[in-house]
Amino acid sequence: MNKVAKFGLGVASSLVLIAALSPLLASWDRVQSQDLVSRLDSPDRVHLMGRDQLGRDELARVMYGARVSMLVGLSVVTISSIVGVLIGAFSGYAGGWTDRIISGFLFNVFLSFPGILLAIAMVAFLGPSLKNLIVALSVIGWVGYARLMRAQVLKVREYDFVTAARALGASNVRILLKHILPNSIQPLIVQASLGMAGAILAEAGMSFLGLGVPEPIPSWGKMIDDSREFWFTAPHLFIFPGLMIALSVLSFNFIGDGLREKLDPKQQAR
Amino acid sequence: MQDAPVQSSTFRLPQPAATPRKVILNRHVEERSKNWFRAKLGSLNSERHAFGSSELLCYDSRAMRGLAFAVVKRLLIIIPVLWAVVTLVFLLIHIVPGDPARQLVGENATEEQYQTARAELGLDKPLPSQYTDYWKGLVRGDWGTNPVTRQSVLSRIASRYPATIKLALAAMFIATVVSIPLGVTAATHKGSFIDTLSTLVALLGISLPSFALGPLLVLIFSVNLGVTPVSGAGGLANLILPAVTLGAAMSAILTRIVRSSVLEELGEDYVRTARAKGLPERTVIYKHVLKNGLIPVVTVLGLQFGVLLAGAIITERVFSWPGVGSLLVDSISERDYKLTQGCILVIAATYVLVNSATDIVYRFLDPRIKLD
Repeated sequence: MNKVAKFGLGVASSLVLIAALSPLLASWDRVQSQDLVSRLDSPDRVHLMGRDQLGRDELARVMYGARVSMLVGLSVVTISSIVGVLIGAFSGYAGGWTDRIISGFLFNVFLSFPGILLAIAMVAFLGPSLKNLIVALSVIGWVGYARLMRAQVLKVREYDFVTAARALGASNVRILLKHILPNSIQPLIVQASLGMAGAILAEAGMSFLGLGVPEPIPSWGKMIDDSREFWFTAPHLFIFPGLMIALSVLSFNFIGDGLREKLDPKQQAR
Repeated sequence: MQDAPVQSSTFRLPQPAATPRKVILNRHVEERSKNWFRAKLGSLNSERHAFGSSELLCYDSRAMRGLAFAVVKRLLIIIPVLWAVVTLVFLLIHIVPGDPARQLVGENATEEQYQTARAELGLDKPLPSQYTDYWKGLVRGDWGTNPVTRQSVLSRIASRYPATIKLALAAMFIATVVSIPLGVTAATHKGSFIDTLSTLVALLGISLPSFALGPLLVLIFSVNLGVTPVSGAGGLANLILPAVTLGAAMSAILTRIVRSSVLEELGEDYVRTARAKGLPERTVIYKHVLKNGLIPVVTVLGLQFGVLLAGAIITERVFSWPGVGSLLVDSISERDYKLTQGCILVIAATYVLVNSATDIVYRFLDPRIKLD
């Protein structure tokens, strides 16, 4: 991996660690306790990121916000990749009309719809909650994995070792799971890394629109939206969560680009 | 190394004193045969030209038929996709937990108000009947009314739609103006400081969310410098910051694509030929390379226009821009389900139509695209 990707890996690992260890780094009481006298205070030595519109510690809220982002990102990538891989593999391996219906119609319908719009629509009608947010983002995320997996299956199933396995009498499920899947996994890892960045950005966007996790759990997008009236009097309220979103998205994009470059020799030439 | 001078006297052939008759005859035959051959060749050439042009005509008409077929096929694909979009939007109201009508009128509403809301939402009928009515309403232009405010969904969307299109077009314009020179410079100075800088700017553009970039721009240009209004719609000044915010991610993506596309074209034979002819580098890049290098950019522009429409939902909220996006967010908070359905339908349908149009334009621009 190149230096940029290693930097991305370092930042992403730190963010995951902060998310996992945030209850140890800052108590929940610090996230919730209000101090209206000190509201909108600028960053100082005690409160490194200042205080929000209700006098709560911004740093503690940003750390707990990382939990939501990472949890949503990891859940969405896991669910959508599993669903996408299964559907894509089935479509590519089955071929014929099954493939035409799945890839020709189902994929096209989902790709013809702006992803974030479908997610907004689903959460708007289902009601905002962590579960609904993950479901909505997974519903829009699986198609990318499915398309990739289908293309990989179409390529790998023509290889000699697959023909040999078939000639030896291996079942379709065995061929898919033991032979085709392990040989198709590399591009999926790249897609998962870029998908993580996309999911974090989408979660923040949904939270900004009021369609993310409900109060009192802090999330970066919601923190920016909540401080809307104070953006210009206390800019730290949008700058720090905004920076955290940008940093996390950037780091996962770096990892994805680095992995792609490493796995695809053509990319190295450019 | 220079050739040694040939001494003409050494290999002088004996010259005939006079031209014999046989030689004259031979020359005459030779001349006639040459003329005949020229004539034959000429006719062959003309035949070849004629054949060539007819073949060209055949190819052109065949290609045009293929292109027309591809366009019709692409247009036909829109029908099931739009049907699926409409059906999805119709079904959305049925995934609402609990009773949408009760949620709309509130817990304190009378039974009469509740029943009116149910009838307005069409929930008092069986599902197939609701679906048929939904389609009929769409075709007739009756997209429903808010049971409380009595406002028509279609008129509210129609009043906001031009503002969203204006914002998306302005964002696309800014993205194009920024990305093409930046991408070309990055490609022609590959590995330089400018290339690295453009890559970093592009990555930042993709990673920085519009709801963080927007307030930052307002803070710098409106609050500190006072050159643009903070929010709202109006003249050109109001449009600048929302358009820059919305177009930032797109310009980042386009810069990367222009760079990659120009780099690919720079390695082609025709570029080497143009340089070998002695053309200035500027002419090679802007007259030859860009013509081919921008074809994929046109596609991305079209596809990204749809993404801009979806992205406008957030940007409109940041800048209180009166478009369909902000109307959608308002409708969600007001629990006006018909309006939410209408806004989603309009944005999705525009997205589908723009994407299809882009696909067709791309085929016209680049005939190498397979006519499938």
